[in-house]
Amino acid sequence: MAEPLRAETDVLVIGSGAAGMYAAIEAARAGCQVMLIDRSLIGRGGATVMAQMTVAVALGSQAPDHWSHHYHDTLTAGRGLCNETLARLLCEEGPACIEEMDTWGVGWARKDGRITTAFAPGHDRARCVYVDFLNTGPAVSKTLRGVVNKTTGISRSGDLCVVDLAKSDGVVTGAVAWHVGSGAPVVISAKATIVATGGLTRLYRRNSGSANMGGDGYAICLRAGAPLIDMEFVQFFPIGHLAPRLIGMDPIMWDPFRYKLGGRLLNSRMEEFTQSYGVPEDGKYVITRDVGTYAILKEVEAGRGSPHGGVYLSFQHCSEAALREAFGPVIDRLAKNHIDLTKMPIEVAPIAHYHMGGVAANARMETEVPGLLVAGEAVGGANGANRLSGNAITEALVFGRQAGRTAAACVKVTRAPSPPDARETLDLLRGEERKDAPNTAEMLQALQAIMADDVGPLRTQAKLERALSHIDELDVALGARPFGVAQPFDLTRLDWLDLRNMVTVARVVTQAALLRTESRGAHQREDLPGMLPEWRVNQVVRLKNGRIEISRMPAAPIEMAAQ
Amino acid sequence: MSEIATLKIWRGPNKTAGRFESYEVPYEPGQSVLDGLRWIRVYKDPTLAFRYSCINANACKECMMEIDGETIYACTTRLEPRAMTVEPLGKKKLVRDLVTEIAPPQERLRLK
Ligand SMILES: Cc1cc2nc3c(=O)[nH]c(=O)nc-3n(C[C@H](O)[C@H](O)[C@H](O)COP(=O)(O)OP(=O)(O)OC[C@H]3O[C@@H](n4cnc5c(N)ncnc54)[C@H](O)[C@@H]3O)c2cc1C
Ligand code: FES
Repeated sequence: MAEPLRAETDVLVIGSGAAGMYAAIEAARAGCQVMLIDRSLIGRGGATVMAQMTVAVALGSQAPDHWSHHYHDTLTAGRGLCNETLARLLCEEGPACIEEMDTWGVGWARKDGRITTAFAPGHDRARCVYVDFLNTGPAVSKTLRGVVNKTTGISRSGDLCVVDLAKSDGVVTGAVAWHVGSGAPVVISAKATIVATGGLTRLYRRNSGSANMGGDGYAICLRAGAPLIDMEFVQFFPIGHLAPRLIGMDPIMWDPFRYKLGGRLLNSRMEEFTQSYGVPEDGKYVITRDVGTYAILKEVEAGRGSPHGGVYLSFQHCSEAALREAFGPVIDRLAKNHIDLTKMPIEVAPIAHYHMGGVAANARMETEVPGLLVAGEAVGGANGANRLSGNAITEALVFGRQAGRTAAACVKVTRAPSPPDARETLDLLRGEERKDAPNTAEMLQALQAIMADDVGPLRTQAKLERALSHIDELDVALGARPFGVAQPFDLTRLDWLDLRNMVTVARVVTQAALLRTESRGAHQREDLPGMLPEWRVNQVVRLKNGRIEISRMPAAPIEMAAQ
Repeated sequence: MSEIATLKIWRGPNKTAGRFESYEVPYEPGQSVLDGLRWIRVYKDPTLAFRYSCINANACKECMMEIDGETIYACTTRLEPRAMTVEPLGKKKLVRDLVTEIAPPQERLRLK
């Protein structure tokens, strides 16, 4: 194979969602040369562009609010496991980022000149800003991409998938990427590297995310020596669209409807049921994500589910005029899918949506490994065992901005790093085609089935152990050398590289879930119901000589943090 | 017998060296052409190349191709129980199969 392509920069930003783009802007504004890369196209491949709902922030634009209230709600939702410092950063710095986005013309919905705030479950008041209609993520992404384009010092490249970080003398000094567009390896050296690769929901069969969210960043950082935390806490979104088949809209699209219009969750007897799980709704949307997911799955288990294995969500009590006012053109898109909400309920069921866990970082977004920073959903800890609606975009913006700042400060005191040691990864990418290779797309689907069936929201020891042995089998089938060829857009090779990460991350999630012998937030053990005080700990995952090691660290008590 | 959609798909590394190949895909009402392409990768041929990210949301705008001669998103076009022709965008540089170079030039890899 030809020599690898080489590039050099001050700051390398991996991933161009809200976190990566904000980080790039902030570092460039501080005078750094920035290289912003993405395995997909810039600003289009991750969760940010797909978000449809709201962004939680204590702006106080319509009624008084203060970040400490938002902070309190975040900690409560996190069921005692939030990393206080990170949660506080999110809540305290949120308003500044949202206001800056406003000056950049994102177009937050307004009434009488003031930014409108919506109420979302788990928040003590209306606190969530949005862009109509269902346009929050696209607007955030487009705005940031525009600012990135206008800021001097940021070079950008899509189709560039990072395979591993590269180090020299224990310091991360860049990364090795596979240029999907040509099949060529690329070695990038950098004084500071920011991993902003988003979450892991692609591990699950039914998920709300994109094809680029297989947890690459978690695996890459773990291999580079950085610990992960809270990996057992995968958030399921309770009311993901299930049936009838809907195209052109993300399955989580019903949430905004519920914010604005309430809506009724019904079982197969057409009866409301959330009150049996401690949360009566009375036409208002108040149930949090962990409880909602639990209630729906339990209803289905009891034989009271809808035909496709979920429950019903009904807006039949709303008039056509009310629906039209709240959702304008979206009503026409639904009509094209033969859905008339005034006449029929739809079916919904929990769907993998967000990851609370991630790379451990301090408030400067530094990991344990020098030279390596993280941002956005890739970071673990701010949301504990359960995330509040709207906190993820705020997290991406705030953590991105902070990572950019820290990187710039780090660049100022770093001499040109010695060239990264890229040999091992380059050797991997040099792999020959394997003739008898199994179908990678099928393997990926198999992994998603294992995770969905046995490592979903409701877990047992038996299911988790079965999952681990299936993951081991897949790992063996995958082997140590990549399938496919070093040619343009070879999806077989890309799948192999993805599976290498996904198998690692799946194993980490499953092992952490097996060790946590209680139920808390998004982690529900059917064999071990109830929260235990001794489990107010975060689990920390490290890779030692290729083996996963999990230890415990006490979490900060909520009483202290809530002051 | 259940119904079948036959996708006639352009395969090849550039616009001259290539051919159409036909794949039979089980048809279920409500599916998209992208669902069909993903089905082919899992059950027939994992080497088929096409671009997509968001799968359902129609947010990433990466799955644009020519379906029965019309420039359109694969994820919002319904699969139909008949023969359908799927080609890469005619006006963009072909990367492979259905993948074309659609990123703006300043967002592509450019190294000295
Ligand atoms: C459908 C949907 C709706 C949502 N709605 C909301 C909402 O209303 N409010 C809210 O607060 N949150 C919402 N969330 C969550 C929120 O959108 C995400 O948590 C947030 O956008 C994450 O931003 P990020 O920048 O960290 O990651 P992302 O936006 O996911 O970006 C990560 C980027 O990294 C790239 N990448 C990944 N691996 C690699 C690699 N190996 N090499 C190079 N690049 C790589 C990806 O292609 C992607 O572009 C939603 C999520 C989804 C999926
Ligand atoms: S797959 Fe994203 S727009 Fe079609």
